Amino acid sequence: MEVTEAIAIDHGLKKEEFSKICELLKRTPNLTELAIFSAMWNEHCSYKSSRKHLKKMHTKGKQVIQGPGENAGVIDIGDDDAIVFKIESHNHPSFIEPYQGAATGVGGIMRDVFTMGARPIANLNSIHFGSPQHKKTRNLLRGVVKGIGGYGNCIGVPTIAGQTTFDESYNGNILVNAMTLGLVNKNKIFYSKATGLDKPVIYVGSKTGRDGIHGASMASATFDDKIEEKKPTVQVGDPFTEKLLLEACLELMADNSIIAIQDMGAAGLTSSSVEMASKGNLGIELNLNEVPCREEKMTPYEIMLSESQERMLIVLEKGKEEHAKKIFDKWNLDFAVIGKTTNSKNIELIFDNKKVAEIPIDLLAENAPIYDRPWKKTKLPQKLKFDKDEFKSLKLSDCIKKILSNSNISDKKWIWDQYDHTVMGDTIQKPGGDAGVVRVHGTNKAVAASVDSSALYCFSHPLTGGKQIVCESYRNLISVGAKPIAITNCLNFGNPEKEKNMGEFVECVEGITEASKYLDFPVVSGNVSFYNETKDKGIKPTPTIGGVGLISDYQQMLTMDFKTEGNLVYVIGKTDGHLDQSIFARELLNEKKGPPPTVNLFNEKNIGETVLDLSRKNLIVSCHDVSLGGILTAVSKMCIKGKKGITINTLRGLTNKYEYFFGEDQARYIIEIPKASLKKVNDILNKNSVHFDELGAVNGQSIVYKDDINLPIEELADAHKYWLKKYMDS
Amino acid sequence: MRSSVIIFPGSNCDRDMDVALKKFGFKNQMVWHNDQSIPKSDLIVLPGGFSYGDYLRCGSIASKSKIIKSVIDFANSGGLVLGICNGFQILTETGLLKGILQQNKFLNFICRNVFVKVKDKQNKYFKDLKKDVLELHIAHNEGNYFCSDDELKSLEDNNQIAVTYCGEDGTENETTNPNGAIKNIAGIFNNNKNVLGMMPHPERMIDKYLSGEDGSLFFKNILDNFK
Repeated sequence: MEVTEAIAIDHGLKKEEFSKICELLKRTPNLTELAIFSAMWNEHCSYKSSRKHLKKMHTKGKQVIQGPGENAGVIDIGDDDAIVFKIESHNHPSFIEPYQGAATGVGGIMRDVFTMGARPIANLNSIHFGSPQHKKTRNLLRGVVKGIGGYGNCIGVPTIAGQTTFDESYNGNILVNAMTLGLVNKNKIFYSKATGLDKPVIYVGSKTGRDGIHGASMASATFDDKIEEKKPTVQVGDPFTEKLLLEACLELMADNSIIAIQDMGAAGLTSSSVEMASKGNLGIELNLNEVPCREEKMTPYEIMLSESQERMLIVLEKGKEEHAKKIFDKWNLDFAVIGKTTNSKNIELIFDNKKVAEIPIDLLAENAPIYDRPWKKTKLPQKLKFDKDEFKSLKLSDCIKKILSNSNISDKKWIWDQYDHTVMGDTIQKPGGDAGVVRVHGTNKAVAASVDSSALYCFSHPLTGGKQIVCESYRNLISVGAKPIAITNCLNFGNPEKEKNMGEFVECVEGITEASKYLDFPVVSGNVSFYNETKDKGIKPTPTIGGVGLISDYQQMLTMDFKTEGNLVYVIGKTDGHLDQSIFARELLNEKKGPPPTVNLFNEKNIGETVLDLSRKNLIVSCHDVSLGGILTAVSKMCIKGKKGITINTLRGLTNKYEYFFGEDQARYIIEIPKASLKKVNDILNKNSVHFDELGAVNGQSIVYKDDINLPIEELADAHKYWLKKYMDS
Repeated sequence: MRSSVIIFPGSNCDRDMDVALKKFGFKNQMVWHNDQSIPKSDLIVLPGGFSYGDYLRCGSIASKSKIIKSVIDFANSGGLVLGICNGFQILTETGLLKGILQQNKFLNFICRNVFVKVKDKQNKYFKDLKKDVLELHIAHNEGNYFCSDDELKSLEDNNQIAVTYCGEDGTENETTNPNGAIKNIAGIFNNNKNVLGMMPHPERMIDKYLSGEDGSLFFKNILDNFK
């Protein structure tokens, strides 16, 4: 079949891109070659719209072993231990087929981590759905949760934390972001760069089928009414095979047989072979008749584009084939030598003894298009002047109950009860806290991880929003007593060809970069998901930050539940009462305008380090950051978790109690202090010039504030705990 | 006391079990499913997980694996065989234990702490155990125990019901039953009480930084009874 411009466009390429291909090749590509170009040049694989901006990110730090550009990022946590981690989106497939879409998202990210030689030790996820009233939301949520659980539970890796939000902008495009952390000896990390000529290229794992063909192109397009037709582009997951693949790979990695290894994720065999060769500046020759296939008569085109799951490509040391095959035989997995590295710098495909494709590698990788897309700055919205008289009709106790049962604040236990969060026997902080925490097996260390995003703030002002999420992640780690080390990000945005969406992306990245630089909290891995748009309606900008921190002695981990009657409770950090973009404004005043709270990076750092110091000195017994819903929401959660009440002091110099209790100012924490530590805590706070309010003391079984609030904890718990369960059952 | 943990492809609590057994002083070895025989042991454990992917009924393929004949012979000669979670499912599939494990009543995977009541202490697992109610952890999708009326009667008559789901105070009712199991059954014995299958995971409750410590009591008690 003669390849025409129309066929190229059908493959998701632009007219200009097709001309460029013909020009670079100095001929028209055949269909298989075109497919390879389309797979490598789409947004998902080439980062053509984002690359220019991603380059500016802050990616270096003392503890960074590997930054962006590999299968996952790697950080040093001391004693030769390293943590490998990354977050990745699986948005498009999950909307089309929630169970398989979410499941293979989890499978894919775990492969990225164990490809580097690390045993996965924790999973997290950040999932975002349309309005609860939307007819598809309930089923999508159910399917996604079952998919995440179905895969992670079977592999036996605990899911230790997550985030779930609802917003109408996700009605036609849900977001499913999955993150995995793995543990590896820092001297035994595996990379994807192939070296050496004539080395055998090995295919291991599942057989190749026709599933997922064009998956990466589908993920680089917007949706329309015909999305049902895209179902065949969604891959099907097999967690059992992945578990075998994990064990077999780690077994083979115990010696020095592997030169390079890469999982077959998006664009399958195409991108894995091209990337390995490209990084090593080599050529690669593959005999496609040797690829284990699950279906009959698969063509080179199909073999190269299949996104069948649970497959790996390995460049092996010569002579190690028998040894490696034995391991994969033991685990009942396919093992085939399918090619070799060459010095041609081309990818050459052989099928039925004929050369069916030959493309210079650099055309696919370095010469892939890069776009400097036009973008528009978002102006900081004007701060609102709230009519305080309007507040008079409200009652504090009604407000807090309403906020606690808000879909984005309410307890998500219905979800994480379905995830195995205790397997591997090292989970010391379960989902529902500020961050999940797992011990580094057999040591005193523990690793904390959290996923965060703030689409409302990012939508209102992307630059501030970008900064804010990094700070939120930083605070969540500090709240469990962990020193923040590095982040991974999953940048979910609308259509980059629209100036507004592109501007949201550029400015969020700018904000993330600024905050991560200031807080010494570098980005070590991530992914970009554009085109989250259906019928011209895009999502709110939703960059998700996955933060990782270290607790050097796990006995010093903090939790948020109030511990002991009589202990004092402080709010650390200054409260100005910023209500614009708050849950309070949305839920009780129906007000959606205004700017997000200002981010002051100096305060974030100073206050964060101070709180960490207090926890290292064992001076505080519980801690929780103040975020959505403000002080009263944070305190309520601490009461509910600890099954203890609080008596709140009459606050001096308070301008407005609603602003104080529900304002979403940044850089704040709530801490619980035993009386014996009080003097030392005050000294440290004063020495570091950290503002604090003496909020009250842990007391009884109710939240009490003057005559305004007298709420039994059980009543608050009822408001908080059952919204999701009731919603799912209704 | 010597123990052996069998690893099936898809087992995922094998390491956790190994860690727990060794922590309390068992001399433990890991045994691969394709092996023909099991090293000399006083206890054989079938760990949790998804053996062979659980792609037929849970545990059914494992019940036909190479190693399983040795497990059955060992059990029939009076040896202690403990099946946790998927291990319990495998034991029902081999016929060493009665009944079956169906999908949970509300059709969801459940991962959380539960209380179980120890119903019988005339056996090598629970004899002289100081507590009557243990806080353990469950993580399963198919833990809804079911058996015929006749089987249930004989389990009850022979005191073969090992543990039942209950509240903190020992109350057994519908609200303390997480998965719909008949009579709140969380674990049962064979006729001779040397084979125990149960859904809760004691190996996940072995120090105070985890979900709890009652799993420690369980393992220590087996050791105490062996001495």
